[in-house]
Amino acid sequence: MSASPPLPETILDVRDVSVAYGGHAVVRGLSFALRRGAIGCLLGPSGCGKTTVLRAIAGFEPVRSGEVRLKGEVVSAPARLVPPEKRRIGMVFQDYALFPHLTVAENVAFGLRGLARRERDARVAEFVESVGLAGHAHKYPHELSGGQQQRVALARALAPQPDLLLLDEPFSNLDIDLRERLGQDVREVIKRTDTTAVLVTHDQHEAFAIADEIGIMQDGRIEQWDTPYNLYHRPATRFIADFVGQGVLVPGAVLNGREVEIELGTLTGDIPRMCEIGCDRCGRGCQVDVLLRPDDIIHDDASALKAEVVRKAFRGADILYTLRLASGREVLALVPSHHNHAIGERIGIRLEADHIVAFPPAAGPDEARVAA
Amino acid sequence: MAFDFDVIARSLPYLWKGFRYTVELTAIAATGGIFFGTLLALARLSSVKPLALAAAGYVNLMRSIPLVLVIFWFFFLVPVLVQGITGAERPPQIGAERTAIITFIMFEAAYFCEIMRAGIQSIPKGQVYASYALGLTYGQTMRLVVLPQAFRNMIPVLLTQTVILFQDTSLVYVISATDFLGAASKVGQRDGRLVEMYTFVAVVYFVISVTLSHFVRRLQKRIAVIR
Repeated sequence: MSASPPLPETILDVRDVSVAYGGHAVVRGLSFALRRGAIGCLLGPSGCGKTTVLRAIAGFEPVRSGEVRLKGEVVSAPARLVPPEKRRIGMVFQDYALFPHLTVAENVAFGLRGLARRERDARVAEFVESVGLAGHAHKYPHELSGGQQQRVALARALAPQPDLLLLDEPFSNLDIDLRERLGQDVREVIKRTDTTAVLVTHDQHEAFAIADEIGIMQDGRIEQWDTPYNLYHRPATRFIADFVGQGVLVPGAVLNGREVEIELGTLTGDIPRMCEIGCDRCGRGCQVDVLLRPDDIIHDDASALKAEVVRKAFRGADILYTLRLASGREVLALVPSHHNHAIGERIGIRLEADHIVAFPPAAGPDEARVAA
Repeated sequence: MAFDFDVIARSLPYLWKGFRYTVELTAIAATGGIFFGTLLALARLSSVKPLALAAAGYVNLMRSIPLVLVIFWFFFLVPVLVQGITGAERPPQIGAERTAIITFIMFEAAYFCEIMRAGIQSIPKGQVYASYALGLTYGQTMRLVVLPQAFRNMIPVLLTQTVILFQDTSLVYVISATDFLGAASKVGQRDGRLVEMYTFVAVVYFVISVTLSHFVRRLQKRIAVIR
């Protein structure tokens, strides 16, 4: 039996970090680590402390407790703050922060001041080209479009070949079309240069498009650090279920270790341990709230189960229907758009979910509905 | 009474000498003022509190007293200070012209400090962070990122202040330095042609100031487009 290849070295190690402004803790006991070449993302609503974490990693913000290690070296700790310019980091800012008085080439060359001229010119040409701006090297930032400026910012941050690249809401100033495309491009450039990166954003599509691992933050803590797939399909808390994607929580009764009965039928699959919080064992009769994603409900004219169309949102390929069940409860269904039904019409639906996401029942009925 | 504008043509070489001194004083005071003003601005924005306070104190003092008073004050103070520094037996003869240069640099530095401070503060914080993230020190960040932009953004204001300075230099007349106005005044008194001389001086100041102001306005528009 051959030994498995060694894991890449840990580049970034954030251990139990807290940051406070005055007496107010903004980040509390936050930990995560990234290996070489990984793209991590801190995702959360505004005010959750994600940008503060990024600034602490960059060295712009001291930490109150815990430590930040870059390639094993402690760069931030309560009694230690290695200045940003000594950290070998690259940073892409929300407003790009390009130097308006310098050309594209001069911007990219800015972090290469230690290199010999010939080497520097070669590196600038390489990175300007790698972001697809070969013909624009002598333009000034104000002569470029927003997307092009964003690429310059990326090239500038990557050119010194930093140990770690930090991206602070890098696409929030771009229109949605461009965001998606640039997101893919950015991921490709980062992967090609084998750079380790941390992205901060409030936009989950952006996070999913770029990151390998995502930490969802709330109130200065990471609620769940996982792959995009697991965050969507295996949310650890109600907050994650609410924040990621769309869906509705509906009450259900556990039948046995693998089955839960809800209004739409019986769901089969492993019942995650979350329901243990609400009851001693996941035994018969235990009440849970089950997460139903819009793609868990299939439109089927042959089905005996009917629901009334309350709202519809046309999305091109699909229509997102809001359906009212017999009990009055509303659920979401994503249906191919050639199944075009009018509001008020009753359509046949069927449950088709291959796994169960369940939480202890919420205190009040208002909490049953999440994420419209 | 008849006007005799011929007096101007006759005394042109002397007036030209005075005018050259005015331009020279303006140029040196503006250059020196911007240089020291920038240092003062960096000091005022420094996180080292005593430095910031000292700079603020100096700037506020200079901005709170009339220029004529400063000119008189320095005219008598500078020689004494130089004596104190060099330890000479009696105050050295520095001369009105050189005293005026020192005075104007020190006085204008306070005004240029406030302009440069506004310029530095107008540069988004992100520029500084970006520079640090690229591995530059405070000194390099200021020299290569912040000051070039602050200076470029403030060029119209700096030039406007320089036009004002150009007019204010005529105050050296009070310590008998022979600037443009001083020269014209001396000729006018000698020949009894003060009206003609003052009219001529006014026209010259007007033409130069209006031309410069017009140029500043055009520059301002161009900079606004780039920014």
